[in-house]
Amino acid sequence: MATREASAPMPPEPPTRTTGSDAAVRSDRSPWNWLLFIPIVLPLIVALFNAREPELFGFPRFYWLQLAFILVGVGTTTLVYQMTKRR
Amino acid sequence: MWRDHLVEIIITATLFLTVSVMGFVAARWRRPDDLMHLDEWGLGGRSFGGWITWFLVGGDLYTAYTFVAVPALLFGAGATGFFAVPYTIIIYPLVFLVLCRLWSVSHRHGFVTPADFVRARSGSSTMALLVAATGIVATMPYIALQLVGIEAVLKAMHLPGGWPLIVAFAVLAAYTYQSGLRAPALIAFVKDILIYLVILVAIIYIPTKLGGWSAIFGAADAKFDQTPSATDGILLNPANQWQYITLAFGSALALFLYPHSITGVLASRSRDVIKRNMSALPAYSLLLGLIALLGYMAIAAGVKPLPGSTAGSVDNNTVVPVLFDTVFPDWFAGIAFAAIAIGALVPAAIMSIAAANLFTRNIYREYMRPHATPAQEARVSKITSLVVKVGAVLVILLIDPQFSIDLQLIGGVIILQTLPAVALGLYTRWFHKWGLVAGWVVGMGLGTWMLYSIPNAATKRAHFGGSAFPLSKWFDPTSLGMDARTTVYVGFIAVLANLVVAALVTLICRSTKVADGVDMTAPDDYFADEGDPRITGPSVDELDEGRVPAR
Repeated sequence: MATREASAPMPPEPPTRTTGSDAAVRSDRSPWNWLLFIPIVLPLIVALFNAREPELFGFPRFYWLQLAFILVGVGTTTLVYQMTKRR
Repeated sequence: MWRDHLVEIIITATLFLTVSVMGFVAARWRRPDDLMHLDEWGLGGRSFGGWITWFLVGGDLYTAYTFVAVPALLFGAGATGFFAVPYTIIIYPLVFLVLCRLWSVSHRHGFVTPADFVRARSGSSTMALLVAATGIVATMPYIALQLVGIEAVLKAMHLPGGWPLIVAFAVLAAYTYQSGLRAPALIAFVKDILIYLVILVAIIYIPTKLGGWSAIFGAADAKFDQTPSATDGILLNPANQWQYITLAFGSALALFLYPHSITGVLASRSRDVIKRNMSALPAYSLLLGLIALLGYMAIAAGVKPLPGSTAGSVDNNTVVPVLFDTVFPDWFAGIAFAAIAIGALVPAAIMSIAAANLFTRNIYREYMRPHATPAQEARVSKITSLVVKVGAVLVILLIDPQFSIDLQLIGGVIILQTLPAVALGLYTRWFHKWGLVAGWVVGMGLGTWMLYSIPNAATKRAHFGGSAFPLSKWFDPTSLGMDARTTVYVGFIAVLANLVVAALVTLICRSTKVADGVDMTAPDDYFADEGDPRITGPSVDELDEGRVPAR
């Protein structure tokens, strides 16, 4: 996934027209966004969860840990949302 | 005999009728001045707040397919079917920023479909047409898959699969025609409440009847130990773990490229609504994980899937309805069946609207009637939504439902090929328009060929036997330290090839100074929010006709 802004060597000229009053000020870039990589990468590391032990409430690790990753996902996206919210 | 299931049939039919009435009444809900406009019929007025968006997108992404096919996969193959959980974890952070940008630029320019965006961003009507066609083709089997959910329920109640299915879809087609996106948005509330109720009861009640979770996992483990197949089991093995990862990642990339997901997102009111939803939607993932485990509960309960459409075959998609029928009292089984059936209606409606919008905006308006009025667009979309549903019914009546999950995986492979133009296009304008086209052609060609070359051992079919491609067809995986039987997800390889070709052709076009398309968007468009005005600059049509100098 590209994470950089457009950096075309020869960007074509956009047609002239009016843009928002605060053009070039707004952006959605923030260092907090890097946290979003945690819930993307974690569920892809099979070695973390592909085992039976330890079991939790009768669930092998494979199942309960992946379900627990959902909470990691919720936590991270909520944190990033709160930290990057426009005020 | 269907008479033994009379209570279930009555309850299911009553709930089905109730939501059908809601579907028609939805035309008056949040009533617009004029429904004959795609922003209204196709996007619900672009005004949905947090709650409606949560129900709508949740109802859109977690479909009847979820209820039926994912547990069926765990029932049949074990751990590998659990890919649905990492898949739906990865997706939200992945699209957290990307879809906000799509919302912003669409808000600014009035885009209704992903192909609208590609048209303006790449300046290539060819690429826009390819994106639209891909979206329509990928959505058709997905709608058909929803019918598989309804069909599984009908089978469990021992009703015939033909006419009730046609009646259900005819009713769905009628209220979608009438109310547009407002119908699934309103019905989604009922659908999700029913589904949450059924699953909460199921995961508490069924394990107590079966001797607890340890007994359930134990029964599944014992079953897979007895099968001759080496690739099933309650854990992954070296042969299928790459498939697991690439399938989870590839499916996550694909899901938000589907036109119906984008429709759900564009219908929301603001960027903030989308971001909040990306934190709240994983509640459905938890539900999905628990639903998946119904497959193991079915094993522990000794459920035997009902016969498939061909003699001697079994239809694994029936295991969840049969499980409900076995363990629940009739009245609650009726509610559970209704939840699955209604769960099919919401996504099917949104999908047909999305496909219809693609046809209207990117084929009808682009090639047949360039200066169509909003009312004409809405009319064409409404009619197309009917045609799309007829197509889906035909697909399901002509193709063995056992392959529903693979059909959807094929759709996933091809929709992934729009990734460079749509998702990367939101971040960079670096790709040349012919690079995007060339990448799409190669990705589609490779993906389709790979799917074609995969046999299905279980059903003895030589082609289209799934989306797990054995690397040993190309090279010896052990030379990379992988298992000799390692398989990977076709879509993942196809989209990598797509990206490489797109980049190479871009470099070639740049060095040979082949003219690129004109980008109609400005950097600030990607951050626009609620309240920002829509752009009233030269339209794409005007640029094409040379009325406005492009450079």
